[in-house]
Amino acid sequence: MNYNWNWGVFFQETPDGGTFYWEMLVSGLGWTLAVSVVAWLIAMTVGAVVGTMRTLDGKAPVLFGHAWVELFRNIPLLVQMFLWYFVIPEFVPPLKHWMVNTEPVFAQFLSAVLCLGLFTSARIAEQVRAGIQSLPRGQRLAGSALGLTTWQSYRHVLLPMAFRIIIPPLTSETMNLIKNSSIALTIGLAELTFRARELGEYTFSFFEAFTAATLVYVVIAMSANRVMAHVERRVAVPGLIAAGGGGH
Amino acid sequence: MNFDISIITNSLPYLWKGFQYTLELTVISAAGGLFFGTLLALARLSSIKGLQMTAAGYVNLMRSIPLVLVIFWFFFLVPLILQAITGAERPPQVGAERTAIITFIMFEAAYFCEIMRAGIQSIPRGQIHSSYALGLNYSQTMRLVILPQAFRNMLPVLLTQTIILFQDTSLVYVISATDFVGAAAKIAQRDSKLVEMYLFVALVYFILCFSLSLAVKQLQQKIAVIR
Repeated sequence: MNYNWNWGVFFQETPDGGTFYWEMLVSGLGWTLAVSVVAWLIAMTVGAVVGTMRTLDGKAPVLFGHAWVELFRNIPLLVQMFLWYFVIPEFVPPLKHWMVNTEPVFAQFLSAVLCLGLFTSARIAEQVRAGIQSLPRGQRLAGSALGLTTWQSYRHVLLPMAFRIIIPPLTSETMNLIKNSSIALTIGLAELTFRARELGEYTFSFFEAFTAATLVYVVIAMSANRVMAHVERRVAVPGLIAAGGGGH
Repeated sequence: MNFDISIITNSLPYLWKGFQYTLELTVISAAGGLFFGTLLALARLSSIKGLQMTAAGYVNLMRSIPLVLVIFWFFFLVPLILQAITGAERPPQVGAERTAIITFIMFEAAYFCEIMRAGIQSIPRGQIHSSYALGLNYSQTMRLVILPQAFRNMLPVLLTQTIILFQDTSLVYVISATDFVGAAAKIAQRDSKLVEMYLFVALVYFILCFSLSLAVKQLQQKIAVIR
């Protein structure tokens, strides 16, 4: 194929002077990680609450949890991103006021974090629910036989078990979240993919820029995998098939 | 805030055109993705090491980078590949809409591959042995015995993946293709009617995807009963 590779492009200075092109990608990576971390915290917290609600006895919490999951699962993430950035502020005047007056990047960051956090929370809620429902009924019963309140049996018995069981699907949701953070470029947030394209447009070295971004994403995916595999081994529930090794 | 419903009714023909493209993109990518995904799955399960590793490498690469980045890759790559194939002087103008179709086929193939692989692996090994015992060769075994069952077992998952694909096609927005979201965004920006347009788009997607996923759930129960 006719393409002149120019890997030196990363070490050229940007037109603004003083910085190099590789620094653009690093700053993009910074935003990708920042968005992912904050959104992940939101997703885990809300996901644990909503997933738990779906396993409670009452009708209302189950229905609410169900509606929550279906709402976020059936609208494209891109459209949700537009809703958080362009539409919801119109209905919340103080938010709109803040978004207009602050630095654009903060408004973009807030929208992206809420969008990705709540979208992912719906997916994590499904995993948490599946995790809780995979536990033998006896655990819940034993909890109440010991005199634990509903809150206590969730806090000390069910959730710790459920979370340890669902670590593999949580790992893939975490990776999905990191990949999905690239959609924030549609509202102008200068994360990694945004920066890669920008670098390509400035220098016409599109493929070098995309290759670099691809490598970074692959490295992130591999390290996330490693970290989660380590966590999985550390907290494995003794006696389950997943724990493997040892035992008898 | 006043909600201007007339902007939606007035732009319905344009939105419908965008929506038709969304449907076209979804159907072609699902069919193409399933075809190439099945081939990839067979490659991943083959006993030829080189084939196995190439397919696994492709699938893992596609699954570890964001779809937006894949769309950008192909947007710039497809003209160069076509130029190399046809030997033309300069890269041909393919256009965002057609590039998107190629992109989604290649991207979805990786995801459909994993589904089909799980489907094939869920078939008892005895079926392969009995096919060979009956004198069928590899291609006949796969075509007539294994793949139809794998496909049937995985049908609900394949359909769920297609619903996800239907939503994901909205990302062609990043290369300015005029799909449903793209059409809505163009009108929204032209007339500064972002609230109306994006709420309408969200509502349409929600109704469609919600009812489709209900239908898939029913199908799943039906298949489960037969087995």
